[in-house]
Amino acid sequence: MSAVKKNILSGEAWVYGDNVDTDVIIPARYLSTSDPAELHPHCMEDIDASFAGSVRPCDVIVAGNNFGCGSSREHAPIAIKASGISCVIAGSFARIFFRNAINIGLPILECPEAAVPGAVSKGDRIEVDLSTGRIVDRTNGRHFAANPIPEFLERLFAAGGLVTYVRERLESAS
Amino acid sequence: MPMTMAEAIIASHTSDRTAPGLICRVRVDFAFANDITGPPAVEEFRKMGGIRVFDPQRCAILPDHFTPNKDIASAEQAKRAREFAREQGMLYWEVGRVGVEHAFLPEQGLVLPGEIVVGGDSHTCTYGAIGALGTGMGQTDVAGIWALGETWLRVPETIKVVLHGSPSRWIGGKDIIIHLIGRIGVEGARYRSIEFHGDAVAEISQDDRFTMSNMAIEAGGKCGIFVPDGTTLSYAEARHKRDFTPVYPDADARYERVVEIDVSDVEPTVALPHLPGNSAGARECSSMEIDQVFIGSCTNGRASDMEKAASILKGRRVHDRVRLMIIPASYEVYNEALVRGWIRIFTDAGASVCTPTCGPCMGGHLGILAKGERAVSTSNRNFVGRMGHPGSEIVLAGPLVAAASAVAGRVTDPRDLDA
Repeated sequence: MSAVKKNILSGEAWVYGDNVDTDVIIPARYLSTSDPAELHPHCMEDIDASFAGSVRPCDVIVAGNNFGCGSSREHAPIAIKASGISCVIAGSFARIFFRNAINIGLPILECPEAAVPGAVSKGDRIEVDLSTGRIVDRTNGRHFAANPIPEFLERLFAAGGLVTYVRERLESAS
Repeated sequence: MPMTMAEAIIASHTSDRTAPGLICRVRVDFAFANDITGPPAVEEFRKMGGIRVFDPQRCAILPDHFTPNKDIASAEQAKRAREFAREQGMLYWEVGRVGVEHAFLPEQGLVLPGEIVVGGDSHTCTYGAIGALGTGMGQTDVAGIWALGETWLRVPETIKVVLHGSPSRWIGGKDIIIHLIGRIGVEGARYRSIEFHGDAVAEISQDDRFTMSNMAIEAGGKCGIFVPDGTTLSYAEARHKRDFTPVYPDADARYERVVEIDVSDVEPTVALPHLPGNSAGARECSSMEIDQVFIGSCTNGRASDMEKAASILKGRRVHDRVRLMIIPASYEVYNEALVRGWIRIFTDAGASVCTPTCGPCMGGHLGILAKGERAVSTSNRNFVGRMGHPGSEIVLAGPLVAAASAVAGRVTDPRDLDA
C-alpha cells in the first residue's frame, strides 16, 4: 500500500536516465489544453508507454541528470503531478522545470547518488522524508541524502507557492 | 565587485546584493507569453487576484505556436489569450501581423540592450543577442510578473566563450552553437549564463547572434549574452520603442570557466538525433537519407537565413523524395523574401512556403513527421517525438546545410552539393 504520512512519502520507483526532456514528459501535440486530467494519460508516453496506465498514487520518479530539460511548458510538472507521482528525484534538474515544479507544488529532490544507474531499480519501494531530504530504498536497503533546497525557495514552497505569495503582495499593496 | 554581463544586468534591476548563487528580487522590463503558455498564465493571474497587468506596454501575448489555428482546441486556446490581451489593453498582434515571438519582438524594438526580459517560452534566451538578459519561465512565473512587474532570479555563474578567428562563408551561427553545445554538453551551462567574447564576434551578423543565443538553453543555460557592440547598437537604435541603457561586463569580471573556439576550424555542423549536443560534421553524415526539411523557426527563420537558403536553391530542385517547408519567422522577413525574389526561388525549387508560425518545430502543424521518417530542421531541438511520431528522427542544421540536404535528399555539406 502507498501512503503519505506527514512529510513521508512512500511509493514504487519509476526509473529513467539522463536528459528526460519536456517533449517526452508531455508531447507538444497535447498542449491545446492545460487541464491536468487531460494531460495525465499522455505523460511520459514517448519514452514509456506503460507509465500513464500503470503509475499509482504516491509513486516516485528517479531519474538521471538534467531532468525536465527543454521547453518552459508548465504542463510537464502538471502532467507528472496529475499522474499521481508524489516526488521526482533526479541527479539534477533543468532550471525552468525546477521553478515550475516549485510553483505548482510538485516536490523535487536533487540527489546525485540516487541517480547513479543501478542505485535504484524500477519497482523498488522508495521512502522519502521531504523535511530532511532522506531517501531510503526499502527494496535494496540503500540510503541517500538529497541536496538541501535553497532557503528562499523553501519559504516560497511553505508559503503555499508563488500564487499565494503574489496574492499576498497584491493585497498588502491595495 | 567586478561583474559579468548577467551580474551587471541583474545588479541594475535590483536593490539586493548580487553575487553568483544569491537569489535577488528583480524588476522585469518586458514579460510575454504565447498561445500555449498565455491561457494558463491568465488562469494563474486570476488566482493571484490580479486585476491589471503592471504595465500594458511591457506585457504581451503573441499567438505564434498553433496559429493560424490548426484545430478547435487550439482556436479556443488562442481565443482565451486574445480576450485577456484585449481586456488588459496589453500588446497583442493578430495572425497576419505577428511573427514567431523571438524573431518578432526584437524587430519591433520591444526587447533592448541592458534589459531583463522574461517569456513563457524557453527560447526567450534569444535576446542575449542584443545584450539583454532574456530567460524563459513557466506560466505561473509569467503571471506573477504580469501582476507585480518583478520576479526572483538566482544570479548565475558565467561561462565565457571566446570566439577566435574568422568563419568561412559556409559557417553560420548555427554551426558554431551546435559545435559549442557538442563541446560542453546539453547541461554544460545548466543554471549558468553563457557570455560570448572574442575577435570573431565582429564578423558574426546580428541574425547569426540571435541563432546562437537562442540555443543557449540547449546547453541548459539561463541566458546566452553578447556584449553590445556597433552591430547591436545600430540594430537597437533603428527599432527601439523605449529608451534603453546598454550594460557591459567589467574587464576583470570573474568567470567560472573559459571555453575557446577557433571558428576558422568549424565546419558545416549538424546535431544528430536525439540531443542538440550530438554534434557531427555534415560531411560525415552524408549517408543519412531524409524525407523532409524545415527551414524556419525562432532559431533560423530570419532574413539572412532565407537568403542563405535561396543562395543554395537558386536554379536547383528539391529532391523528388523530399518535402521542403520554408517558413519565414515574421512578415518583415516574409516581405523581404518577396522583394528580393527568394520566395520565387523557393517555389521554383519545389518548396512549400508558409505564413509565419512556429509550425512543425514542436510538432504543432504544417509538417508533422510519420513513424520512421527523418528530417533536417533549422530549429533548435531534436528530442524524441519533437516534430511528430516518437519513431521519427530530426537532424539539426543551419540553413545552408538544410537547403543543400533538401536538394541532395540526404544530409549534405553545402560544399559537396555539386560534387
